[in-house]
Amino acid sequence: MSQYVVRKLLSSILVLLGVSLAVFLILHLSPGDPARLLAGPEAYEEDIAAIRERLGLNDPLHVQYGRFLMGVLRLDLGNSFRTSRPVTQEIAARFPYTVELAVASILWSLPFGIAVGVFAARRPNSPGDGLSMGMALLGVSMPTFWLGLLLMLLFSYYLGWLPASGRGGSLLTLEGWRTIIMPALTLGSPAAAVFARITRSSMLQVLDLDYIRTARSKGLSEQRVTYRHALRNALIPVVTMAGLQFGSLLGGALVTEQVFAWPGIGTLLVNAILSRDYPVVQGCILVIAAVFVLVNLAVDLLYSLVDPRITYS
Amino acid sequence: MQVLKRLLRHRSARVGGLLLIFITLMAIFAGVIAPNGYDDQDLLSRLKPPSKEHWMGTDQLGRGIFDRVVWGARISLMVGIAATAISLVLGTALGLVSGYYGGWVDRVIMGVMEVLLAFPGILLAIAVVSIFGPGLNNVMLAVGIAHVPQFARMARGATLSAKAMDFVEAERAIGANHSRIIWVHILPNILGPIVVLSTLSVGTSILSAAGLSFLGLGAQPPVPDWGGMISQGRQFLRTAWWVGVFPGLAILITVLGFNLLGDGLRDALDPRMRLNKNQG
Repeated sequence: MSQYVVRKLLSSILVLLGVSLAVFLILHLSPGDPARLLAGPEAYEEDIAAIRERLGLNDPLHVQYGRFLMGVLRLDLGNSFRTSRPVTQEIAARFPYTVELAVASILWSLPFGIAVGVFAARRPNSPGDGLSMGMALLGVSMPTFWLGLLLMLLFSYYLGWLPASGRGGSLLTLEGWRTIIMPALTLGSPAAAVFARITRSSMLQVLDLDYIRTARSKGLSEQRVTYRHALRNALIPVVTMAGLQFGSLLGGALVTEQVFAWPGIGTLLVNAILSRDYPVVQGCILVIAAVFVLVNLAVDLLYSLVDPRITYS
Repeated sequence: MQVLKRLLRHRSARVGGLLLIFITLMAIFAGVIAPNGYDDQDLLSRLKPPSKEHWMGTDQLGRGIFDRVVWGARISLMVGIAATAISLVLGTALGLVSGYYGGWVDRVIMGVMEVLLAFPGILLAIAVVSIFGPGLNNVMLAVGIAHVPQFARMARGATLSAKAMDFVEAERAIGANHSRIIWVHILPNILGPIVVLSTLSVGTSILSAAGLSFLGLGAQPPVPDWGGMISQGRQFLRTAWWVGVFPGLAILITVLGFNLLGDGLRDALDPRMRLNKNQG
């Protein structure tokens, strides 16, 4: 057990090191000279040379990577080319909004997806099953940003029930809640579809097992068999998927935020790419990937505690 | 032949196939269906709602949305297929080599794939675009690279099981060299799952590319890219919903087509799964 935990931790650290190397290379593989970019189009050659020296861009690549890595460990990701503010400050100001959006999305999509999956699995090949799975297929085939626009069209422009964009105050207030409903619905839809599909297939497998037959032959009600006996085991793959989906939600948030002018890290990243603000690009990508790796690590570890069948060789 | 028969009997595969035939014909005959071209501006009829003259209305430059959606089919199919070709070739080759040789080769290749998989969703494609810059070609490359790990993982898994089969042992015993075993004997045996993944991947690639275009990182105007058109439509949503709604519908139909066909192919290629259809 502890061996497994150590191995998982080590492999996550290796992946994070790989991620940091990939992110470091973004700046160095990009065309153009970062010093020139920072200095602006009308700078003198001497100024550019001075900036290059100051940023350490004349050092060998491995030395630069070492310095970048040390910076990351000290939570120093450099300064934004555009605003000159520390990148960590820029990210710290935005990331909580992305996280709250991702959390809100998973909070509705997970129970909803499971409910739809159970509904479908209890009546396989019925019209109800077909309809639910058809909806799920639409959910994974639809561009989320387009769904966002359709929701906006309906709920903001036609019905006037919800604000079209922006984030209004704390989520503890009604106004705050009203602004997060549409972005969370948009972002969570593909996830809900995935949860529904997995729950259905996992439920069908479990409902076919001997212990369920035993439970039924004991005369337990279908309700009890489904929810007390089958669902518990069927949820195991769904929970693993929830960890993965949470990461995808962070990735998907990049696009959804743009639709609803949500002030999260996605908006920051896209603006940084368009203005070639590489330190911010690096910082944003690094933070999202690192959070994704850590969430998956946490799910794996929790999992090994919860499910005694997982053994490690 | 049997696979084709099973595929034709599969309802969702038939629907998916029909949708894709429709979109492909639209792409091929764009010049006939929409002879005005995709950049024919008529500033006097800007943002006009759908009418007999303009079936899907016009955009802010007076261009017919219908014309642009039709021409956009070419762009979307091209991006989806080109990106998938990149991930298919790179991913399958890496997965084959990794699974066949094992050892440190396997560890290094799969280690790199693990790192790439740490970039969730569209993030990896965004990272690649941030290196090469926005534009249609770079989007194909970015989306293609972003899907390499999935192909590599699948090809590796399939190679591992193919490697353990008797015919590969027999080939080895008669002294066939490694590249012959990999390309002539193992590759044809793992094609099934790879074909399924490729079909599904074209759909996902179209979605990712549309997402990048929506963010302004994809094809640049006036290219009639569906994602980019939705992004423009966002600005006029309140007054001219048709600008953004129709291109999205086109994406939905295309991706749905690939997903349905992919599901059908999976069932047709693996009859066991068909028997257990209730479970999948």
